[in-house]
Amino acid sequence: MTPLPVRRLALLAPLLLVLPLAGCGDDSADTAGAVGAGGGEDVTLTVVAAASLTSTFEQLGEVFEQENDGVSVDLNFAGSSDLVAQIIEGAPADVFASADTANMDKLTAEDLAAQEPQDFATNVLQIAVPPGNPAGITSFQDLTEPGLALVVCAPEVPCGAAAQGVADAAGVSLAPVSEEQSVTDVRTKVASGEADAGLVYVTDVIAAGDDVEGILFPESDAVLNRYPIAPVADSEQADLAADFVELVLSAEGQQILADAGFGAP
Amino acid sequence: MRSLPRWLYVPALVGASFVLLPLAAIVARVDWPNFLTLVTSEGSRDALWLSLRTSGVSTLLCVVLGVPLAMVLARTSFRGQGLLRSLVLLPLVLPPVVGGIALLYTFGRRGLLGESLEVLGLQVAFSTAAVVMAQTFVALPFLVVSLEGALRTAGTRYEVVAASLGAGPSTVLRRVTLPMVLPGLVSGTVLAFARSLGEFGATITFAGSLQGTTRTLPLEIYLRRETDADAAVALSLVLVLVAVVVIGFARQGRGSL
Repeated sequence: MTPLPVRRLALLAPLLLVLPLAGCGDDSADTAGAVGAGGGEDVTLTVVAAASLTSTFEQLGEVFEQENDGVSVDLNFAGSSDLVAQIIEGAPADVFASADTANMDKLTAEDLAAQEPQDFATNVLQIAVPPGNPAGITSFQDLTEPGLALVVCAPEVPCGAAAQGVADAAGVSLAPVSEEQSVTDVRTKVASGEADAGLVYVTDVIAAGDDVEGILFPESDAVLNRYPIAPVADSEQADLAADFVELVLSAEGQQILADAGFGAP
Repeated sequence: MRSLPRWLYVPALVGASFVLLPLAAIVARVDWPNFLTLVTSEGSRDALWLSLRTSGVSTLLCVVLGVPLAMVLARTSFRGQGLLRSLVLLPLVLPPVVGGIALLYTFGRRGLLGESLEVLGLQVAFSTAAVVMAQTFVALPFLVVSLEGALRTAGTRYEVVAASLGAGPSTVLRRVTLPMVLPGLVSGTVLAFARSLGEFGATITFAGSLQGTTRTLPLEIYLRRETDADAAVALSLVLVLVAVVVIGFARQGRGSL
């Protein structure tokens, strides 16, 4: 009979792994309750935003934390379609900022936006070339030169849809050597010199610093990419979520976005 | 068989469900009425065909390069051998995207060997060859590890006997060593094929993504998620089925030998 207690204890081992998690769950429920009762200590606001918003939303998050005592902003950056899929599958989110209207529409279609989404920024495409512009690109038409290694986003992602729209408007058909998954993939392939040119957003060229050079082209006006933002429905921090959206739309928020190269909505 | 402590079955069951439940979830999410239409679209067929072709070639490369490498690691000893083994097996634990970056800085246009390759008129970037290189890079250690293990387990007794009876080194290799470790070689080869088939990170970093040229099935699935979740799920199931066939083949190969 002596080994039995040991066996019983061993049986509990898997439970020990789960218990701390259960503890976490209780804690957050308690804090949420405390806020509801007018407390306001150590609340977390989860903001999920398109990857292209990384640096600007990090700044906005800091501003929001300074303005709201006891609130910490958790930022989660990824491709807009990944994020909206995660929210629909039940991932925790209080605010969603998308890089295009199509993905925000998916959220509203599921009745998961607490308010009507509002556009807070715009972005246009620019040609990115490696430093020194080895292929001598000067215009959008140059991108069709035979032998040029052009990299764009796949039409399935927002930056690729924009590239397609610009090419259609310019009456040019592009023959890229690769259609990348995200705008950062395009930028890194240009920065490494692997590609001669790529189509990215103005803000990506600014964020890349000296790694790439940007070439403005008039045809880019044909497609204006709009960034909408909305508080997520059923958020436990509905008021804070609305406040964060307000900050993004405020003069201060707009200045941070403008500094990074975003256009006004 | 009855010597296993009973409590062991609890975590074992949890472990098995942890792996099997997500697979069942994929099956549950498949849009069955449209399944065939989804997996037979032009993009899907191109991706599947490209995946099978490139994985086949990279598996062949793994055998051609990996068998001699495993032999050298298992049957010789030299200074720094332990270090060499660890380094060669590094892609096993390295995130594939790091492998892709490493390949880019080696064979890319501005890489270590890129300029020499360009002089020879070879451009690896954005080509199907780049996909094969990425797959070989990540899959090679799988073959080397299983073959080296088989070689060490088999020992050298029969090889010594064969050599003492007058067989030359090549004859010993062909008639004694290789037949003896064939099960290990088969499972290593199948593992390498399966790893190549699933390769994603190194490919997207090093080779890019273009339908019919570099967009393999995992890349196609990742891209389809953006607009067509049903197609992504259907294609995922295809990849799961191919993997099941490959594993079944490996088990059978091992069992019959």
